[in-house]
Amino acid sequence: MDFKIAVSGRSWGERAAAEPQAGKHGEARRLVAVLELTNISKHFGAIQAVNDVSLSIEPGQVVGLMGDNGAGKSTLVKMIAGNFRPSHGTMQMDGKDLILHKPVEARQHGIEIVHQDLALCNNLTAAANVYLGRELRRGVGPFRILDYAAMYKRAGQIFAVLKSETRPRDLVKQMSGGQRQAVAIARTMLSQAKIVLMDEPTAAISVRQVAEVLNLIRHLRDQGISVVLISHRMPDVFDVADRVIVMRRGRKVADKTIASSSPEEVTGLITGAIEQVS
Amino acid sequence: MAVTLDQTIEQKQHTLLSRVFATQTFWVVIAVILACLFLSFATDSFATPKNLYNITRNVTFVAIVALGMTFVIITGGIDLSVGSVLCLCSMILAVTMHAGYSIEIGIAAAIATALIVGAFNGILIAYLGFPPFVVTLGMLSIARSLAMVASNNTVVFQFGPDHDKLLALGGGAWVFGIANPVLYMILLALVTGFVLRWTKFGRHIFAIGGNEHAATLTGVPVRQIKVAVYMISALAAGIAGIIQTGWLGAVTTNLGNGMELQVIAATVIGGANLAGGVGTAFGAIVGAALIEVIRNSLGLLGINAFWQGVFIGGAILLAVLFDRIRNFRRSD
Repeated sequence: MDFKIAVSGRSWGERAAAEPQAGKHGEARRLVAVLELTNISKHFGAIQAVNDVSLSIEPGQVVGLMGDNGAGKSTLVKMIAGNFRPSHGTMQMDGKDLILHKPVEARQHGIEIVHQDLALCNNLTAAANVYLGRELRRGVGPFRILDYAAMYKRAGQIFAVLKSETRPRDLVKQMSGGQRQAVAIARTMLSQAKIVLMDEPTAAISVRQVAEVLNLIRHLRDQGISVVLISHRMPDVFDVADRVIVMRRGRKVADKTIASSSPEEVTGLITGAIEQVS
Repeated sequence: MAVTLDQTIEQKQHTLLSRVFATQTFWVVIAVILACLFLSFATDSFATPKNLYNITRNVTFVAIVALGMTFVIITGGIDLSVGSVLCLCSMILAVTMHAGYSIEIGIAAAIATALIVGAFNGILIAYLGFPPFVVTLGMLSIARSLAMVASNNTVVFQFGPDHDKLLALGGGAWVFGIANPVLYMILLALVTGFVLRWTKFGRHIFAIGGNEHAATLTGVPVRQIKVAVYMISALAAGIAGIIQTGWLGAVTTNLGNGMELQVIAATVIGGANLAGGVGTAFGAIVGAALIEVIRNSLGLLGINAFWQGVFIGGAILLAVLFDRIRNFRRSD
């Protein structure tokens, strides 16, 4: 499989230039949604996990996806990630129909996931983790060996872009929570990711490291990458997101800009005290 | 701030030397060297060419199987069937050649047997989710039983038209008077070391041992690799069986009895972690060497052979103790 590697500083520069202040001008780019979900539903037998959800995600936008346990957040995200196929509805990416059978296909379309447990191997170096499953090799034909130098170098470049003090040669088991997040996020930047789905990235780390992770998300956004942030933590979403989508019992009950909402309103929407806002 | 982000990222935390000192393998090497030095001075018979020839040759069988076992242990698995598989492959080779076939056909049959057994173990473990301990425990019993069936539980010591070739293969010393098995061991160790450090396959083996779930999520073909490592382990046992047949000049159904424990001991002494994710080819060789030096020295020092198990068991515990102490210090 041929993964495109876009890790030289130049290509990032170009992308950042192509999407000036993405996110802030979200309204102006409604038409070029990177991902568009239309009337998506998913049921498992009699259980309706996701019910008629439509939403669109624009380039360089951070979208907070909130909701109580069982509200359908994970099911929705797993459909975008290729783990499940929707029962009804369509997904479109850059205006083209998107049908995913496996997670690998999602990755090929530029959809990357940062798993809640980060999916890191403690016994390997940061660079080895970043490149896990898509190692760089050099040589010809069957005689191809791992290209340690290139992987260290490029992983280092990614960490520099993320402004994270993470050393590519260090073992992951010696790292702080923030550095581990940086390694998991760096993975998503190997290919031309368009959307990064992050599952509860701030759930189990210290306060200081939360700030570090939120900065990582901002750096991703600055590259023109859209981020879907699934979180229970209200302050994080209001700190970093441009938009918040609230789900309750499988339905989308709110989808508005952060500026036009408030933590109180979102709390009400999550619990059901507020029925729905448009 | 004087240090820039780029400098921090570029920084190497460990020099080559500090990394070497931090490995269990290094300290086991030191132990082997000290033991050899001590024995050279304490006894007249240790540092003789004949004794050294014996030691190096005895090390090889355990070491070759340990090289294969290293792959399995790095993935976090275990292969208890290696002793029996060694015996089965020896017996297939012996019976085939005894029936009048050439040495090439005999070796091909033995290696095919090893690969089939390995694939069987691997498929049960990787695709059907059986615990490795149980599958290979079953195979330990099955393979030895099949060896008895193949030979009708007799000793085979006549290997047909290519009898002499087989004995030369295992018993000769073609280069500089070094026993042939030692050459095979060195060659296989180099191949193992190369695969573990420089190939994608090797990297994925370590990833599976470190976090199998993560390996799956990142697209590593976990199941195929697991089947492959059990095939490699069985193959190593088969190769050791072929060489040992040539060296002994006879095969009994007792061959390799209890060997799996020695092999596992060698890999663990050499620094492999049974929890997975850690292990080296060099460690497997060094671990096997330490066990053999202990065994040899007890004989030379006139200590009753019944004490052997105590010393080898002590070496296992001591090696792992060093590892624990280092970990305690790190977690402080």
